[in-house]
Amino acid sequence: MSAKPKIAFFDFTSCEGCQLTVIDALQTHLGLLDLVEIVQFREAMSEKGQDYQIAFIEGSCTRKSDEARLLAIREQASAVVALGACAHLGGVNSMKNRWPIENVQAYVYGQNGKDAYESYPARPISAVIKVDAVIPGCPIDRHEFLRVVQMMLQGRTPRLPDYPLCVECKLRENACLNTLGIPCLGPITRAGCEAICPSYGDGCEGCRGWHPEANFEYMREILRGHGLSDHEIDARFTMFNHYQMEQMSGHAPLSEAVAPVTDTSLPTSSFAAPKED
Amino acid sequence: MPENIKVNVHHVTRVEGHGNIVVDVRDGTLEKCELQIVETPRFFEAMLRGRPYHQASHITSRICGICAIGHATASLRATERALQVQLSEQTQLLRRLAFHGEILDSHILHVYMLVAPDFLGVGSVIPLATSHPDIVKRALHMKKFSGDLCQTIVGRHTHPIAMTVGGFTHFPTVQELVELRERAEALIADVDATVELFGTLPWPAFERETEFVALVQPDDYGFIDGKIGSSDGYELELDEYRQVTNERLAPHSTAKHAAFNRDSYMVGALARYNLKHQHLSPRAKAAAAHLGLSAPCYRPYLNSAAQVVEIVHCIDDVIQVLDTLIERGVEREDPAPVTLSPHARGVGACDVPRGILFHEYQIGEDGLIEEANCIIPTGQNLANIDRDMRALVPTILTEPEEQITLKLEMLVRAYDPCISCSTHFLNVEFTGK
Repeated sequence: MSAKPKIAFFDFTSCEGCQLTVIDALQTHLGLLDLVEIVQFREAMSEKGQDYQIAFIEGSCTRKSDEARLLAIREQASAVVALGACAHLGGVNSMKNRWPIENVQAYVYGQNGKDAYESYPARPISAVIKVDAVIPGCPIDRHEFLRVVQMMLQGRTPRLPDYPLCVECKLRENACLNTLGIPCLGPITRAGCEAICPSYGDGCEGCRGWHPEANFEYMREILRGHGLSDHEIDARFTMFNHYQMEQMSGHAPLSEAVAPVTDTSLPTSSFAAPKED
Repeated sequence: MPENIKVNVHHVTRVEGHGNIVVDVRDGTLEKCELQIVETPRFFEAMLRGRPYHQASHITSRICGICAIGHATASLRATERALQVQLSEQTQLLRRLAFHGEILDSHILHVYMLVAPDFLGVGSVIPLATSHPDIVKRALHMKKFSGDLCQTIVGRHTHPIAMTVGGFTHFPTVQELVELRERAEALIADVDATVELFGTLPWPAFERETEFVALVQPDDYGFIDGKIGSSDGYELELDEYRQVTNERLAPHSTAKHAAFNRDSYMVGALARYNLKHQHLSPRAKAAAAHLGLSAPCYRPYLNSAAQVVEIVHCIDDVIQVLDTLIERGVEREDPAPVTLSPHARGVGACDVPRGILFHEYQIGEDGLIEEANCIIPTGQNLANIDRDMRALVPTILTEPEEQITLKLEMLVRAYDPCISCSTHFLNVEFTGK
């Protein structure tokens, strides 16, 4: 066999929890290091090799300067893998997209903040570059990561499950949370995490994105049955998927609660913003 | 002495997040010396506006993959204090276990995988696996325990699932706790070996007097709740946190800077050690002595040693809490009820691996968050790191540039900066040549 494939990890706007999950996966699967050579992984090592073939990218694109970096990675890599919900969907970062960017900048950094810190609406990396494979989730599931790497090393195309999370939840013999009065987005969410949140008593929040046949209206009916307002329902639909809901706004309009804010005045609260010198 | 030195470490490695170190010496004068934070801003506080209160802990745990349980805990405490929630003893014990799991996981990762390679002369933990396999195996073994502890209590370390406002959505069985108890006991040999190993490392002697800030409690080395204590003799209620943090913008950083009684202060393991070492477990006290720590300690490089001391303390405390839970049993409890009222404010604080973390929310009668603020430990440390670098650089100017760079990187790394939290971090940049 020829030289080991070289892989690299990159991070954009994210918590770096998916890369930590990769480090955790290596703890129990050190053999992976025999199959690939990691040439860049800033969080874990000082070396910075530029001759990688597979690039794993964590995080969303949230500023103009991210685009050039993404394009450069795409140029070098023969395969790009989106690692986790931020890269795959825009994730929690896209919750800020409902306000004009000047509004969120002023809220966090004060009236001068908008000039100090570059930012624009958060997007998945697929909005900027072609993505060859996705490992969904917030964070990723370490077993799925290992499976995807294995398939890519065998030259196969990893595919995501195209059925709802409920299938895996049933296989684990969990009692259905929706029937117990606990709101759960399992019926519209793509499977693949083995229903980890429902297995710990908490409803699915949709971090893996929607499955292809997701029926939002029926989901909304179920959630209304729990006594949730449309505002609360939309807050659930948009926790990880604000960008997706924006993209499909014609099909599944959002209530006022999470709909775009058109008011362009800046917030005057000093709750979060620092003192101005 | 060289007249001109430029250090430019672009994206310091082996830290969480993105930062650059920039040093500029011209004609023998230190013109510029700073840690630049180049992480992309995240805007979590702005995003929380209009969200139902029960989402806050799951949203804010996503601020940081390493301190996910810490953010979730501070968030829950802020919400619970705003909504007048009284926690059961069982909830407090389970939260304490999950929290220790995170402190252990983070400290083990930091001292073994991020700090140790500097002393053992390698670029990362990966070559260490070949050159010092026993050390790496021990670190992984300890880390596996802390991860499994988190998994048993809250589902996973990044991002915790079962912690919710007022309690938990999942409960471990006593059998699971008994197994963890056995494993924790068996881990003590690894913990002792850790103290031995770090006792042999040549910590740089650099020291600079500064103010230390940590959460304090009357008779406990506790990490959750308490008052804000300062080594300058002040003690404040959590609600007064703004007097401590005094956030302001620094042009070279996407993270906000903080200052209390002086122009900077330090938070984290060394601050906690200095303020409450008397409450450490007996074995942790012995470890501190072995590592050359004695309060007050003004040597920032020894923050990593203080983390080793906390590894010892947390394992001891995990065993004690497990004993209590095993004896009293674990019951399925519904979360404690909330009381909604107009514009209710609450501050939550906990001492996460890197220092005090504050969350503050204002929640409306409709249960929606109206205002939010999060103040992160690394943000509080940034001003202190800048001042340490400014004091250190003139003392090492005659050394080769690689040595200067390494010492600056090691200094920054000692603070265990978590830049995706404070927004991201580290590169050293030498400019001026």
